[in-house]
Amino acid sequence: MSRIATTLRRILALTRKELLAVLKDPRSRMSLLIPPIVQALIFGYAATYDLNHVAYAALDRDHTAASRQLLAGLDGSGIFERVADLERASDVQSIINSRRAILVVQIDPLFERHLLAGQGAQVQLIADGRNSTTAGTAMSYFSSIVDRFNSRWGADHGIAPPAVELLARAWYNPNLETRWFMIPGMIGTLTLLQTLMLTAMSVAREREQGTFDQLLVTPFRPYEIMAGKAAPSMVVGTIQACGVLVVAQLWFKIPFVGSYVTLFTGLLLFLLAAIGIGLLLSSVAATMQQAMLYSMLIMMPFSLLSGLTTPISSMPAAVRYLTIINPLSYAIDITRRVYLEGTGLGLLTADLWPLALLAVITLSAASWIFNHRIQ
Amino acid sequence: MSIPKPAGPAPSNAWALKARRLRALVMKEMRQILRDPSSIAIGVVLPLMLILLFGYGLSLDVKNVPIALVVENPTPEALELAGGFELSPYFRPVILRSTAPAQQLLLEHRVDGIVTIPQDFSRRFTLGNAQVQLIVHGGDANRARITQGYVQGVIGLWSARAAAEGRASPMQPVGVEARLWFNEANDSSYFLVPGLVVLVMTLIGGLLTAMVMAREWERGTFEALLVTPVRSEEILLGKTLPNFALALVGFALCVVSAKFLFHVPLRGSIWVLLGASMLYVLIALGIGLSISSWVKSQLVASQLTMLATFLPAFMLSGFLFDLRSMPTVVRWITYALPARYYVALLQSVFLAGDVWSVIVPNTLALVAMTAALTLGSRAAMRKQLA
Repeated sequence: MSRIATTLRRILALTRKELLAVLKDPRSRMSLLIPPIVQALIFGYAATYDLNHVAYAALDRDHTAASRQLLAGLDGSGIFERVADLERASDVQSIINSRRAILVVQIDPLFERHLLAGQGAQVQLIADGRNSTTAGTAMSYFSSIVDRFNSRWGADHGIAPPAVELLARAWYNPNLETRWFMIPGMIGTLTLLQTLMLTAMSVAREREQGTFDQLLVTPFRPYEIMAGKAAPSMVVGTIQACGVLVVAQLWFKIPFVGSYVTLFTGLLLFLLAAIGIGLLLSSVAATMQQAMLYSMLIMMPFSLLSGLTTPISSMPAAVRYLTIINPLSYAIDITRRVYLEGTGLGLLTADLWPLALLAVITLSAASWIFNHRIQ
Repeated sequence: MSIPKPAGPAPSNAWALKARRLRALVMKEMRQILRDPSSIAIGVVLPLMLILLFGYGLSLDVKNVPIALVVENPTPEALELAGGFELSPYFRPVILRSTAPAQQLLLEHRVDGIVTIPQDFSRRFTLGNAQVQLIVHGGDANRARITQGYVQGVIGLWSARAAAEGRASPMQPVGVEARLWFNEANDSSYFLVPGLVVLVMTLIGGLLTAMVMAREWERGTFEALLVTPVRSEEILLGKTLPNFALALVGFALCVVSAKFLFHVPLRGSIWVLLGASMLYVLIALGIGLSISSWVKSQLVASQLTMLATFLPAFMLSGFLFDLRSMPTVVRWITYALPARYYVALLQSVFLAGDVWSVIVPNTLALVAMTAALTLGSRAAMRKQLA
């Protein structure tokens, strides 16, 4: 019993020392607390595939009421902004090349005549494929405006509506805003980056400065040292996650429908796994430069291949297997589902047990290497 | 008559001295790099690994979307439409007879959407007002929107065929004929791979130099350097040159894999590409150097470098997300980021060719940033020495 008490006291003492080491320097204090919140704010605005401003140019070679009505539909949408009225087809190239417009809408002569004759008319759309996702989204916005034009034209001229109509609804995110999807995902991402690196670097620093040997000659056991190194990162990570959560709810007003207990169960397991990886890295790194390099090497793939920005289901099978060992991909799935859908623990077991397993494996591997390095 | 020689040869002597000192410094840095394999790893292994992993892994193309297809009444028309979904490369449908199990699949994330062909589909189709219902999982809004477009496409294709056979009302008044320039195949790797090159160069540039100054401060070897006759700009130059060479090796590896592994066309000139990239590498190295001489601690330098390079280049450069749709304040921030200009340059040089109206302004911005960083880091060094 008293042994457990001693262990706890030692871990607490080490935690205090570590927290002091991290927090006493004002630059380091700022670099841990401010960035996640600022990043959540900036990236919350930046990280969206939704377009609210599409610069387009019109090449209207028909100049009739019908062609003007179609273009007016675009201008009135609040999204499309006409940056130029082109005269010749040869102007299309330069306006797209110079990135002044990402779409050119070309209406051929006889547009109205074909429409009135009931033959059906075509509009040509030229899009800048240098970012094909943006172009694709702009094109789908354009199609929906043409659909609206069609149904109005049909109603005015007695043309039957299409034989099959699609009624679409989106669950959990009725207006299809990317932000609702991105920001909950950032809770894990922004937290991972710094906790992992903080853990990895704090051991490497002791090594480089020679204070690690001093720690070893104290009566502390290796696992106590490890716990002492892990606890401060845990505290920092939890605070960072709370910060991002607050930004998501109070600033971006994304409704949180799940339970906090479920969310933090997932996040704590995730942080344990992240810290385990950090400790594992630090146990193999000899210098701080190496620790930083290894954490970067791990972190870039983890954050880019996590499903945050590009869907995991679009990845080739070989890369998808790599996401099995990526704690962030589970964390993102958990935060999104709890946050937006209110999913309970029961449906999340498929995410929770791999996280727990990752935490156990990395922490025990790290302590094994620690032990062996010492002897 | 021994008149001391006028100023003539003296400068050349000073220059020679300077060159010798610089060579010595460069040699010292090179040795340091060669002895710690981690720098080589950053310069050569890291870019290759990242470009391979991300080039293959990142894709925004939506294919094989798992959907639940509920056919409530298997009439010939309904089955024909269902066949359209089965044949489409974009969908992997599970065919069901009722909605309840489909909703369970959606809740468990086993499917991304539910397409319902209702009981009265055939009857209403003969009347000319049939409906198909779609429920998409809106979580990933981008994917949901693309999925919705594909569903519309399958239905459109089927109704066009029905119209051609005279079974349905003819086509819509206005059709859209779309063309995607520079990326005819609509392959997202065309724009992701040039963006990845930017990401990789930002990262290795910053990583290579982020620690070098702080390390000298922490180990106390900086004072030792200071008592030698070398000048502050020589120290900076000596630290930059070897890392510059190393970063260019990484760059070459990136371009070669973009072209030959991912088959991204290089439509512009290689010299424009190289020139812009050399400027950008200088900036990335300069950012690392400035951070590291400012904070003097490797721990904080590494954190700051990561915050200042990787994430902004990822989120705010136009690599993935459209810059024009960002709010004004955020857009102002992007103007301060070198990655923004480099992304615009690379996407144009790779996919569109030598478009001077893009190349000139963006290159000028990079030149201005290089100059500002050089002056800034020199001033910072001077101040610390004083």
